[in-house]
Amino acid sequence: MLDGLTKSYGGIVAVDHLSLTVGEGEFVSLLGPSGCGKTTTLQMIAGFLEPSGGRISLDGADLLAVPPNKRGLGIVFQSYALFPHMTAAENVAFGLEMRRMPRADRDARVAEVLALVGLTALADRFPNRMSGGQQQRVALARALAIRPKVLLLDEPLSNLDAKLREEMQIELRQIQQRLGTTTILVTHDQAEAMALSDRVVIMNKGRVEQIAAPDVAYSEPASPFVANFLGKTNQFPAMLRADGGRHVVAIGELAWPADTALPPGPATISVRPERIGFTAAGGLPGVLRNRVFQGNHWLLQVQTASGLVTIIRQNNGEALPAEGDRIALSWRAEDMSVMAARDTAA
Amino acid sequence: MNRNGRLALAFHTVFIGFILAPILVVCAVAFTSKGYLSLPTDGLSLRWFRAIAANPDFTSALWASLWLGTLSATISVALAVPAALAIARYRFPGREAVATLMQAPLMVPPAVLGIAFLRFFTVTGLSGSFAGLVMSHVVIIMPYALRLALSASTGLDPQIEHAAASLGASSFAIFRRVTLPLILPGVVSGWVLAFITSFDEVTMTVFIASPRTTTLPVRLFLYIQDNIDPLVAAVSAGLIALTAVAMILLDRIYGLDRLLVGRGGR
Amino acid sequence: MTTGESTRRPAESLRLTPYLLSGPALAVLAALLVVPLIATFLLSLHSFDLYKGIENVYNFRNYADIFSDPYFYRIYGRTFRIALIVTALAVLLGTPEAYILNRMRDPWRRICLLLVLGPLFISIVSRTLGWALLFGSTGLVNQGLMAAGLIESPLQFMYSETGVVIALTHVLVPFVVISVWASLRRLDPQVEHAAVSLGAGQSTVLFRIVLPQVMPGILSGAIIVFALAASAFATPAIIGGRRLQVAATLAYDEFLNTLNWPLGAAIAVLLVIANVVIVAGCNRLIERRYAQVFQ
Repeated sequence: MLDGLTKSYGGIVAVDHLSLTVGEGEFVSLLGPSGCGKTTTLQMIAGFLEPSGGRISLDGADLLAVPPNKRGLGIVFQSYALFPHMTAAENVAFGLEMRRMPRADRDARVAEVLALVGLTALADRFPNRMSGGQQQRVALARALAIRPKVLLLDEPLSNLDAKLREEMQIELRQIQQRLGTTTILVTHDQAEAMALSDRVVIMNKGRVEQIAAPDVAYSEPASPFVANFLGKTNQFPAMLRADGGRHVVAIGELAWPADTALPPGPATISVRPERIGFTAAGGLPGVLRNRVFQGNHWLLQVQTASGLVTIIRQNNGEALPAEGDRIALSWRAEDMSVMAARDTAA
Repeated sequence: MNRNGRLALAFHTVFIGFILAPILVVCAVAFTSKGYLSLPTDGLSLRWFRAIAANPDFTSALWASLWLGTLSATISVALAVPAALAIARYRFPGREAVATLMQAPLMVPPAVLGIAFLRFFTVTGLSGSFAGLVMSHVVIIMPYALRLALSASTGLDPQIEHAAASLGASSFAIFRRVTLPLILPGVVSGWVLAFITSFDEVTMTVFIASPRTTTLPVRLFLYIQDNIDPLVAAVSAGLIALTAVAMILLDRIYGLDRLLVGRGGR
Repeated sequence: MTTGESTRRPAESLRLTPYLLSGPALAVLAALLVVPLIATFLLSLHSFDLYKGIENVYNFRNYADIFSDPYFYRIYGRTFRIALIVTALAVLLGTPEAYILNRMRDPWRRICLLLVLGPLFISIVSRTLGWALLFGSTGLVNQGLMAAGLIESPLQFMYSETGVVIALTHVLVPFVVISVWASLRRLDPQVEHAAVSLGAGQSTVLFRIVLPQVMPGILSGAIIVFALAASAFATPAIIGGRRLQVAATLAYDEFLNTLNWPLGAAIAVLLVIANVVIVAGCNRLIERRYAQVFQ
């Protein structure tokens, strides 16, 4: 559990009062662009960086009082940080050696963990004779061998190529679920975070923007930053009015019922590109500017009075308008989010 | 994790003391007011520095060393830079051999080089000549000039030269206006390093120097063999001061750790 | 150099260019390095006579003399013994120092590096002179030791093997620092963090994680120091004096005093061969041992 965790360097606040409670067996991702403070947070949890303020506790005990080599956390570093002068098996055995586990038990546990990550054949190989994916698995095995209370992963997949990354993501999740280890992942890849996590913590410039399950954060972004960061989105300036007992948000003459706690006034509507469709009449008018084929979907850009709108349509054979056509856009009320009319630049 | 404990710092201080002790002692004794070896406990005096000026052996040796250093450094840099460009730019058969051969002088002990040149010069009639000294120094300092010119050349993005060529520049123009200015810091540092190495060189030079053409370190060495007095301390102190200046300059232009260790790491 | 209007095809002239560029340097080295060395070897095969001077014959008599005379064994034995002790001391002192320097922060790190490596740029004569000044019976070292009550009468450092060892260590320890430093800078700092996160204490990290990775750097530094110490001239000459000869000073003696050039050449050749064998052999061992770990 992190409570009001803060880290500042001089006048720069790297992490600003981060509070987060991670349940046992939960997979949480710290997600955000570079410099948002996610790695700093991880380093504070691991004990390599001292917080300027706040508390960290594990199972009710204060973790800050414990030196980093006694915290019992499993860490997978971005560069894997394997001991180059030791074989894979020796790497994995290292944490067990530090715990003075007898030789026989150690060997058994090492074999067990290596089998878990599928590397039994490489036990006696040195890291520099392994591929990136294999090294990554050894790093994971090493961290898991000590049965850590929490597993910390610092952008572990960022050095792999796209295909390997996808495979590892699935494997990682499977292993985590099998073992039930509480896991915190740090990444800047929103697709990765959404695919793996039970909950995501979206951070920006040291502050938490939203903590929610991935699908919730995606469809109900708490702020324009979150909306922009998770996938693509379109944002329209709109006006929030009180109409009778309900709120209504309007762009020009179009209006949708809005379910929000914001006060009437200027607001921002956010709609995902895949939720926008074409309608014969009664929608947001616009002219199709660009049509780009991207394999399993089309990317369309429509110029409207509210700006350039991006639409994604599946490549399912439906007829699409041509460039230059006048069309009207529409979407369902439940497919849009209403946010405060802040500056949308993240 | 990144701070040194007290024990480490204590060791470090002793180590630094060990490194600096002889140098400090030389500088201290140079300032003594007495006529024999002693520390300047009675106050500083410049009498021994003045004595240098009055000693024609040392002053002529100083000029010889300066001349020799300048000439050999310039020649070896002039030879090494094109070779460095060749090794860095082109993949040609024998490239490895060339690079190794250019570093070969480092693998031969200076004393053996001294003997070899002594024999060579005697047979070719160059013994005791200044030209012979220059030749031997060029050989011994070329690896240093090459190493720095090479690291500067390999650090240069070849696409920059291609861009210049595509804009119509001739090979010579490319070299003069693009390549040379960009590798200049490495080349200059190579020159300074070569100069310092030549200036300090004593083991090889002591075999081939003659009474007419002696360098300063050799003169010092021979003098010390007979007696040690504050005069040599004063000369050495002067050399140390000059070296310190040259070093700080070198560190500013290039960086001492990069010079001796090369790029890489954090 | 060719311009764009050359009638030769660019590929052809390109093939000649590297040879043209490196030609002058290679020519100089061939003429001024290879030839003199060969000449030296040939010289070692000549004979020397007190009255006739150098005779132009070819035999291995000089080498036979060296191998049969215990005097030479003593000299070479002393040379390599000193080299070995100096190497051990330099490694023991230089390795921790490089590690400590690596952990320092700027500006201290830069300053201390300057202080440790700077003396390499000062002539060896001046550095050794400093030790000569420190070593006399009334020198600072003895004064300090007596003042501290560690000894009663001054120790003999000058003209002793101990003095030569100390002075040579001083001269050569920066090479170990350089080599170990280079090795340390290539380490991934996260590896140390990984070890800590797995439960390692500080000394475990040092001895089981850092040291094994730095070992190639230590060993190559040791080889450099050994080679330089074995062929050292100026320092043994000044500190050791006439009575304490090593291989290089013996060769000097033969050349400039006894004028027995062929014998001097033979001494030098043997020194070079011994050096090359030891250095190349150790390099090969290191490569084989560490190749699978460090590529």
